[in-house]
Amino acid sequence: MDEMLEKVVVKLREDFADAILDVSEFRGDITVLVRRDKIAEITKFLRDLPDCPFNLIEDVCGVDRLERKERFEVVYHLFSLEKKVRICLKVRVDEAELRVPTVTGVFPGANWHERETYDMYGIVFDGHPDMRRVYMPEDYEHFPMRKDFPLLGIPGSIKLPRQ
Amino acid sequence: MPNSDHLYEDTLPLDEAVKQTNRSRILKALLDQDTTVAFDDPLENDMILNMGPSHPATHGVLRLLLRLDGETIIAVVPELGYLHRGFEKIAENGSYHEFITHTDRLDYLQPVANNVGYILAVEKLLGVEAPPRAQYIRLIAAELARISSHLVALGTMAMDVGAMTILLWAFREREKLHDIFDLLTGARFTTSYTRIGGVARNMTDETVAAIKAFLEQFPNRLDECERLINRNRIFFDRCRGVGVIDAETAIAMGLTGPNLRGSGVPMDLRRDNPYLVYDQLDFDVITESEGDSLARYYVRLREMRESVKLVHQALEKLPSGPFRAHEPKKVLPPKERIYTRMEELIMDFMIINKGVNPPVGECYHAIESSKGELGFYIVSKGEGRPWRLKIRSPSFCNLQALPILLKGHLVADVVAIIGSIDPVMGEADK
Repeated sequence: MDEMLEKVVVKLREDFADAILDVSEFRGDITVLVRRDKIAEITKFLRDLPDCPFNLIEDVCGVDRLERKERFEVVYHLFSLEKKVRICLKVRVDEAELRVPTVTGVFPGANWHERETYDMYGIVFDGHPDMRRVYMPEDYEHFPMRKDFPLLGIPGSIKLPRQ
Repeated sequence: MPNSDHLYEDTLPLDEAVKQTNRSRILKALLDQDTTVAFDDPLENDMILNMGPSHPATHGVLRLLLRLDGETIIAVVPELGYLHRGFEKIAENGSYHEFITHTDRLDYLQPVANNVGYILAVEKLLGVEAPPRAQYIRLIAAELARISSHLVALGTMAMDVGAMTILLWAFREREKLHDIFDLLTGARFTTSYTRIGGVARNMTDETVAAIKAFLEQFPNRLDECERLINRNRIFFDRCRGVGVIDAETAIAMGLTGPNLRGSGVPMDLRRDNPYLVYDQLDFDVITESEGDSLARYYVRLREMRESVKLVHQALEKLPSGPFRAHEPKKVLPPKERIYTRMEELIMDFMIINKGVNPPVGECYHAIESSKGELGFYIVSKGEGRPWRLKIRSPSFCNLQALPILLKGHLVADVVAIIGSIDPVMGEADK
C-alpha cells in the first residue's frame, strides 16, 4: 500500500472509528467500506485533508450484488491531484431503503454520476438538486442495469410516439 | 384508412399526456433553476430555445435547452441519452474478449485508445503484463489515435466558428492516419486491436515506415493550419474570453484532459499514474492558464506535437520480441500454433468458451485519452464475464460543466464553446 494512503486510512479510522466498516486492498487499489449515512461527511473530510486532499471526483457508480442481503453498492472513486493517489469508497444499500445521502454538496461534479446511478439502479440520492434520469426517457418505469432486467429489454416499455 | 389508434395503449387526454411527457419535465427543470431576470417585457425577453439533438454543431446527438434573455443565455439544461446503447449491460453478458469490439464504439474518433484503456483494466484485474514490444506498440497506436482525435477537435471547432478550410486539412491528415491503422490493425476505423496480454498482430516494418513517413510531414501540415488560424482575427475574437472556467471550478466539476489543462491544472495520467511505458519517454504536460475556448484549442494543438515527439521516441526504442505474453489460460495462443498443436487448441477453446476467469475482486484503471480520463471499473466474481463494468467516460464529465461555461454568453458562442469542450456522444451516452 502506498505510504500516503496508509496514513490516510489510519487517519480515517481515528476520526470515523464507527463509520469505517472495512478496508481492503486488491491489485493496489484501496477500497474503504463506510457506513451509508456518513458518506457525505467522509468525502468532505477527504477533500479537506491538509496533506493529501482528494479533490477530484472521478466516478460514482452503482453495483447490483443480487445475492447479498444488502443488495446494492454505491462506489466512489476519488483522486488527489497533489499526491497522485486514488481511493475508493463504498457504501452498501438495502433494497428496502434505496436512499443514500448525496455528495453533490462536497463535489458538484458528482451530480450527473448520481443521476446516472439513479437512472440505472433506482437508488435515490437524498438532497440531490436535480434527481432526474439522465439516459432513459423520463417516464420510463424500469431500472435497466439491475440484474433482474433482461438484456433484450422489456417489449413495449418505451411507448411509441403517436403517428 | 383503417384506424390504428387501438395499437397504442395511450388513452389519456392529450393535454394530460403532454403534461406527463418528457418535454414538460425537462422544461420544468429548466424553469426551476433559480435564475433572476429583470423583465422589461416578459413576452419579448424570456425565451426557450431547443438546440439539437440533431444539430451539426453539437458534434453528435447532444440536446441543449437554452433559456434566453434576448440573446444572452441565462440557464442551460443538457439532455443526454440519444445514443445510449447500454454497453455496460452488454459487458455483463459477454466475455472479456467480446467487449473489446464494443470499446471501438465508445469514443469513435480514437478507437485504439479505448481498446488500450479497456485491456489495461482487464490485465490489471487478471495480473497479466504484456511484453515490452506490445506495450510500445500500444503506446504508439494510442498516441496516433490521440492525434487523429485532436485533429477532429481542431477541424470541427474551426468549422463551427466559420473556418471551413481547417476541417478539410485536418481530415486529410486523419485519412493518412486511417491508412496507418489499416496497416497496423487490419481495419481503418473499428480496430479492436488489443488482446489480453498483447495485441492482435505484430507491427510490420511496412507500418513502421508508414508511421515515420507520416511523422516526417505532419508537423509541417500542422504549421500550415496554425498559420491559417493563429493570425485569424475572426477566430480569435470568437474564442478569446469565451467559456471561461477557472481551475477551482474545473476541478470541482470533475473536468479532465485538455479541458482541465486549459485552466492551468497540470493533470495528465500519463505522467501522474504512468501506465504502459510512458515513464521511460520524455514529454511535456501542456497547460494554458486562461481557461477559455482559445486556451483549450492551444492545449490540443500543442499536445499533437508532444504526441509526435512520443511516437518518434517509441519507434526508436521499439524492442523486438513477442507481441503477446505467454500465459496459458489467460492469453490467447498464436493462431499458427492453434492449428498445429493439441495443447494450444484446447487452450484456445477454453479461453473462448469459458473465458479468462479473473480472481474475485474489483479494480479501477484509467488512462489519459484524448478527451480526458477514461477509466474502467470492473467487478469480477471469478467468472468468465464481468459482474459489473463501469465506464468512466471523460466526455460525460466534461459536458457536465457546460451550463457553467455557457451562462452569460450569447447564443452564437454556444458552438464555439461546445467545439472547445470536444465531446463525443458515443462515449458520453455509452
